[in-house]
Amino acid sequence: MKEGDAALLRARSLRKNYGDGEGLVRAVDEVDLDVAPGEVLVVMGPSGCGKSTLLHLLGGLDRPTTGKVWLNGRRTDQLSERALAHVRRTEVGFVFQAFHLMEELTAQENVELPTLLAGRPPRRARRRAVELLEMVGLTDRAGHLPSALSGGQRQRVAIARALANEPSVVLADEPTGNLDSAATLEVLRLFESLHGAGLTFVIVTHDERVAATADRLIAMRDGAFVDETRLVGGTKGNLADLAGLGA
Amino acid sequence: MQQEVLLAMVAKEPSYGYQLRARLDRALGPLGEELNAGHIYVALGRLERAGLVSSERSPGPAEWPERKLYSLTAAGQERVNAWLGEVGWPKADLAEFHLKLVAAAAAGLADPVGLVDAQRRELLRRLRDAQRAAMEEADHSDAALLLEGIVLRLQADLRWLEACERAWTGRRREP
Repeated sequence: MKEGDAALLRARSLRKNYGDGEGLVRAVDEVDLDVAPGEVLVVMGPSGCGKSTLLHLLGGLDRPTTGKVWLNGRRTDQLSERALAHVRRTEVGFVFQAFHLMEELTAQENVELPTLLAGRPPRRARRRAVELLEMVGLTDRAGHLPSALSGGQRQRVAIARALANEPSVVLADEPTGNLDSAATLEVLRLFESLHGAGLTFVIVTHDERVAATADRLIAMRDGAFVDETRLVGGTKGNLADLAGLGA
Repeated sequence: MQQEVLLAMVAKEPSYGYQLRARLDRALGPLGEELNAGHIYVALGRLERAGLVSSERSPGPAEWPERKLYSLTAAGQERVNAWLGEVGWPKADLAEFHLKLVAAAAAGLADPVGLVDAQRRELLRRLRDAQRAAMEEADHSDAALLLEGIVLRLQADLRWLEACERAWTGRRREP
């Protein structure tokens, strides 16, 4: 088997430096990573630990100083700008803390945009957007501008947009960072149902609530992975205790 | 669960035991599953002997003639009012875990950072369970609000563990 197979997303000896000499910062420092298809991988760490930089390297938003990245078995770190842009548009879905929706476009137009940018016919873009807005439960908000939506609804539109071109992986950077407790639950519920449908996620966050939804949880400090956990086991009986209902 | 909770549930109107059970179920959702009906009748019996509720037998259906309708007495009403005014709050026993770390480090029994990691995994599993239960609840249900409380408390505990980890990692570097 050649390097890069099996894992949907793979990184080896990934490194990203900023500055040099005394001012050298190792934002990402020799990271190895394999993401299996259908997996929800969460990378957790304090701000400044390098997790956003890592996500950018994985998604081709930035290039590593050294190291290799494969997506669907193909090296992406050495692609031309043009080829990389194509990969970003068609194989990766991005979700950001600040939503990054176009404020002058309606929810539906925002979701149509990636399909149109990928050169597909408008009718197809429209059909896909209607389908996605239904999936995220926002059919009745399709014609609203982002400013008329709540934070949780805006993030759901952004998630629908991320799925427009049927990416093989969704990369999310602090997806709940701007959301209150109820809206966080909305987004996590949506992730859960997409996960159930087989979608692969890499999420970087410092929100414990997002971390708790992971299949696999990696702790990151100073550019490197320091701990890895699978959250298996545990019982429902604990819940009643936690609420003070224990016998 | 405190007896005052049941007492306050009767305050709405004279009620049968099964009605109290239904009110508790609505408020607790999945967390009420372990509450057993027998327990409620035992507690009602106790409240009656204490003079806080009174009961009258009502002409129930033939298969269940023993049905009792409970009402608050004046003393019961007074107890409920006093309880509503109480501001007691459940204690979080943080000192035990804190001292565990201090003692483990002092005696060289275990790595405090390792203990924090193990504890964090346990709390994350609980958070996952609480959150899953919350996801299954309808928005704005009473039970969803209770589950949100559990989620937020666990989140606070996890943040404290993060602070513990930072502090003990720092101490490990400078022996």
